[in-house]
Amino acid sequence: MIKFSKQQLKIPQMSKPVYLVTGGMSKFDRAIPEKRTEELVIDSFLEAAEFINKSPEELKQYIHSCYYGHFADHFGDQLLGEAVIHDRLGLDPLGNVGIKTGGATGGSTIWEAYKAVASGYSDTALAMGWERMDEVPTDEGNHYIASAADKDWETPLGHIYTGYYAVMAQKYWQVFGKEEESFRRTLAEIAVKNKGYARMNPHAQSPMKITVEDVLNSPIVAHPLRALDCCLMSVGASCVILADEKTAYEMTDNPLLLYSSAGSHTLRVADRRDMAIPLLPNESPDQYKDLGVRFPGGDRYPGFTGFLAARMAAYYAYGMAGIVDPTEDLDLVELHDAFTISDIQTYEDIGIRPYGEGRSYVESGDCYHTNPFTGQPGKLPANLSGGLIGCMHAVGATGIMQVIEVAQHIWGRWSEMHADEAKWKRFNRVKPDDWTDLQVKGAKRGLAISHAGVGSHVTATVLVHPDHQLKGRG
Amino acid sequence: MTTQNRGTVKVENGRYRVTGNFHYAYPNEPIRDESGKLLGITNPADMTHIHAYGGEAPFFENLSNAKLLGTKCANPKCETYGSVYIPYRIHCPDCLMRNEEVDLTELARKGASVHTFMITERTGAFNTLEKPIRFVNVEFEGVSTILMGYLSIGEPEIGMKVVPIFQTKKPTFTIMDLSWVPAGTSAADLPEGFTF
Repeated sequence: MIKFSKQQLKIPQMSKPVYLVTGGMSKFDRAIPEKRTEELVIDSFLEAAEFINKSPEELKQYIHSCYYGHFADHFGDQLLGEAVIHDRLGLDPLGNVGIKTGGATGGSTIWEAYKAVASGYSDTALAMGWERMDEVPTDEGNHYIASAADKDWETPLGHIYTGYYAVMAQKYWQVFGKEEESFRRTLAEIAVKNKGYARMNPHAQSPMKITVEDVLNSPIVAHPLRALDCCLMSVGASCVILADEKTAYEMTDNPLLLYSSAGSHTLRVADRRDMAIPLLPNESPDQYKDLGVRFPGGDRYPGFTGFLAARMAAYYAYGMAGIVDPTEDLDLVELHDAFTISDIQTYEDIGIRPYGEGRSYVESGDCYHTNPFTGQPGKLPANLSGGLIGCMHAVGATGIMQVIEVAQHIWGRWSEMHADEAKWKRFNRVKPDDWTDLQVKGAKRGLAISHAGVGSHVTATVLVHPDHQLKGRG
Repeated sequence: MTTQNRGTVKVENGRYRVTGNFHYAYPNEPIRDESGKLLGITNPADMTHIHAYGGEAPFFENLSNAKLLGTKCANPKCETYGSVYIPYRIHCPDCLMRNEEVDLTELARKGASVHTFMITERTGAFNTLEKPIRFVNVEFEGVSTILMGYLSIGEPEIGMKVVPIFQTKKPTFTIMDLSWVPAGTSAADLPEGFTF
């Protein structure tokens, strides 16, 4: 649809508030041949239990229903893998369901668990996600990923998802980036930042200390994108426990309010019809009237440059949490940096910057933990986990990892979870000598965006410290 | 293990009739580390799926006749009545009534241009296109959507005029039977099997 009814634009009204109680993650890597998926899942569950000083048995006592995010049955060559995991976690005969929305699977899994708690169906729900992308060679993995495009109209064209994605990058690059070398360098900075933050994360698969030049000299994937602009293929698991207020405070003295929403758009970018830009609370109706003048070719919305699904998810989530201006109201974000360029597109879709001006979020230094130009804390740090470029993209686990990472900052426990020498050792990784504490001081509210492919599904999850709720919350 | 007598399918009296082999079994092989410890096994798989085109079949059939078919909402009560779609949509996405078929071949020959593009050396398993692949997303005057395809000749640019070519000699009855070349390309230069 290209016009929305009042009913469709309703800000979701949940029956009761939902809290994030705890979360845990496994190690993430390109291949983990020594472990079965269930071992990774249990690793993440054990971390979640330990985080609130509970034994796994104690934590399991609270769980009433389970939501399992696992994108690609093909990769694991096991249909109904969710049932295997559910059994190995010893959670039968509780109700469980598998969730699949491509790259947004992790976020969608939280969305489902959220609604289960908000509705009163369950007092406590488990959202667990995983992926293992190491059991086929990379080119067959690419074929499987390309099978998540339209099988008749797109997949036969090269069997390469990057091909369906990079056409959007090309359009954004030419229209909004104006093919400027300075814009290309801004893209590279995102990769430098995220690979660099990954160095402080023992879970992360691809920590790298690199420069803009390194990114610009890495192999071309599809102009203007190079290898270091792209996300990882990963193995790993992550989980969160959501609960209603009473149960959450029984389990921990410091749960966080959680709001979750979802948007979608056509699987084929081809089918996206021209439409008016739906506005976020910090935008005005006239603001985009001259977009096509300032950026020739940029007047078709969402065209090949915007993600309507992300905009809709943000619209609902901001309404639910009372967010007016994400840059002012949030303290940090974890975004779905599948590619450096799509990271910039997302800044605009979710209102961190207006359409056409996404690059300034990086160029101002606002997206850093510490603004490189001022030495002061960044206004809205992004992807301190390392994101999909530096940390991982174990598809079903990604959106859940992002939420855990945001939460650890609001809990003030990021350092504890990332500095621990024992964890670095257990993951067989070397903690860098210049390890830096990336805790966002005084973080109260954060956002995670989980995103599928060319934007077919996007979820927005907002976390708020209960003492710092925004006015006008729905 | 050979893969002779690979399966084929016909429909008779509304039912699939299959002949030949739809899968071939191969033995598993162990996966070990340097010390010889068993870590897993390989699981070979070779099987053929059956796939229905349903209401989109005319589109794929007609590529081999050098025709590019789209569809149009023919419901005057629909708020997007008259919208034209390619990819071929069987039903209107708004009113869900069955769309009317429209022949877009002439429109594509006269009014198609590159909306965006990309060039890649990378492909996934089962790719049959020559590398680098030049993806083009083609827009048409008066059409609501933007069709993805591949450019067989020349270097793509945004705004470039292109015309469709069709695999009419040895059709595969897939989207691969449609390709694009710059407007003004001569018939003698077309890839094997393709005609305007």
